[in-house]
Amino acid sequence: MIPRLAFASLIARALTVGMTILAIALSVALFLGVEKIRTGAKASFADTISGTDLIVGARSGSVQLLLYSIFRIGNATNNLTWESYQDIAKRPDVDWIVPISLGDSHRQFRVMGTTPAFFERYKYRSGQSLVVNDGAIIDDLFDAVIGADVAATLGYIVGDPIVVAHGLASFTEHDDQPFRVSGILEKTGTPVDRTVIVGLRAIEAIHVDWQGGGQIQGQSTPADALRRMELEPQAVTAALLGVKGRLKVFGLQRSINEYAQEPLLAILPGVALQELWQIVGIAETALIGVSAMVVITALIGMMATIFSSLNERRREMAIFRAMGARPRVIVGLLVLEAIVMATLGALLGLGLLYVGLTIGQPLIDSAFGLWLPIEPPTLREFWVLLGVVAAGAIVSMVPALRAYRMSLADGMVVRI
Amino acid sequence: MFEVTETLQLEGVGYRWPGRASFELRVPNLTLARSETVLLLGESGSGKSTLLSLICGTIIAGSGRVCVAGTDIAALSAGQRDRFRAEQIGLIFQQFNLLPFASVQDNILLPLRFAPERRNRLDDPKQETARLCHDLGLPVGVMSAKAGALSVGQQQRVAAARALIGMPPLIIADEPTSSLDAATQATFLKLLFAQSRAHGTTLLMVSHDARLSSQFDRVIHMTDIAQTTRGTA
Repeated sequence: MIPRLAFASLIARALTVGMTILAIALSVALFLGVEKIRTGAKASFADTISGTDLIVGARSGSVQLLLYSIFRIGNATNNLTWESYQDIAKRPDVDWIVPISLGDSHRQFRVMGTTPAFFERYKYRSGQSLVVNDGAIIDDLFDAVIGADVAATLGYIVGDPIVVAHGLASFTEHDDQPFRVSGILEKTGTPVDRTVIVGLRAIEAIHVDWQGGGQIQGQSTPADALRRMELEPQAVTAALLGVKGRLKVFGLQRSINEYAQEPLLAILPGVALQELWQIVGIAETALIGVSAMVVITALIGMMATIFSSLNERRREMAIFRAMGARPRVIVGLLVLEAIVMATLGALLGLGLLYVGLTIGQPLIDSAFGLWLPIEPPTLREFWVLLGVVAAGAIVSMVPALRAYRMSLADGMVVRI
Repeated sequence: MFEVTETLQLEGVGYRWPGRASFELRVPNLTLARSETVLLLGESGSGKSTLLSLICGTIIAGSGRVCVAGTDIAALSAGQRDRFRAEQIGLIFQQFNLLPFASVQDNILLPLRFAPERRNRLDDPKQETARLCHDLGLPVGVMSAKAGALSVGQQQRVAAARALIGMPPLIIADEPTSSLDAATQATFLKLLFAQSRAHGTTLLMVSHDARLSSQFDRVIHMTDIAQTTRGTA
């Protein structure tokens, strides 16, 4: 009977109670949404590369190697010589190896030279392969495949010419050897979206007439002559590598790290991603903090609502007291009320989260390449919801104790 | 239930309100017999509310004894007093007696929630609710209506039903008719008297309206039974 009366009392104040529940719901939805995005971003970050056992490059730091080879952030301090590359490729433990050569750019996007095997071997988001959305992968020496962001930002379609600039943010362009967009990749949510991919031989071809960072005066080899040339690189920036059997990864890593002819570094992508996330992850703590503050604000709002309702409900309390209710029944009523509001708010917030996810999922995926899975609530989310309800109950103790004192003082002789 | 002839007995009761405005109430002797209907007349500020609070046990006398149905309420703990009030006293206020958002039935049954003995006296509380509503002249089907939707006269009858349910030995009515017009007032009192007589309940009604006097067994004046002193602290 008492819970029924509490419900009836809440329904009688539907507007203010509804607003309070809505505020809690929105804050809970925000908190859970931030959690979703955070875990989604973390997973997506870890999904940037998969299926590659080792990344090999010149000796530097593991995070640096990961940053320039996969995220195209920063530069390699040194290269991996072609001899070393071929030496490693010939090892019996190596299943496959894909070279990548960086250094040139097109507008704000990096140009990466590689072999056709890259399209086969590069995997992201637990084993997904790159898909050509339009056109075809590299066939001719001067073919370029561009990522989805490159195509969208620069408005390129298949067949458009591309002039590669020498170096990064440079004014010297390889305008004597223009490329042609042969294919556009589907959005992946990885740095590939922002990359212009050309053949490894093409990187050599555009540098044939160049020496020491500048074009040799008056020298320009015709494209057809270049196509006939044996274009073997001197060095590559890094290499992605797959091992025959997981157990051989560490042995191969150690032997590359101890490579005598050249200082090299081989890293496990997963481990390096973890290290990198520890740096990037500081922002997530801030986000969590901010959304937790929003939840606290909503709960304080509820406390204010209960406080302001106390005066108009003095009569209600007095009737309960006159009927023989102990003051602790009054406290119980108010706490129960707060628990009901917080529970409804938490559940509504969960509902809002799923509605938001359903609507936002494709939009977020296409805009940020972040795929937020729609799954049943996790245990962690359950604890968050329970925490909100518990915090609501605790917060309501403040007005409840005031009502307790009021009802003790008023007794049953309030006349309003 | 043990038999006592006095439903209510106050002896040498003194009470001083705490706080700045010093106000002291003294009631040397007040006794209400079983089944008696008593009208207590007094002007506002004569200490009626304080007296009712003393009888209901929401405040405790500084000196003297307040006995309800043979029990000295000062001897009870706060929690026991709340339970005791629920068991022994039915209350009707001047107005705004009911929880407006709750149904008439829930309003009437509310005191039973805190008074198990009163509840156990009834075989079927819902049926008793229906009977009281019928006897108090409330329309059929009123039980499920929201109390706030009723007219003031009807609300006072619901309050009377709530006070009567489970037959408490004492009913205290604090100016229950002051918000009613003359015709409704007369009907209400007639019904209340009929029901409290039928149950052998003692009725203490507080009012400032001496015209009601003829209907009661006994009329007492606040000035005759109590002394109040006011002073500056």
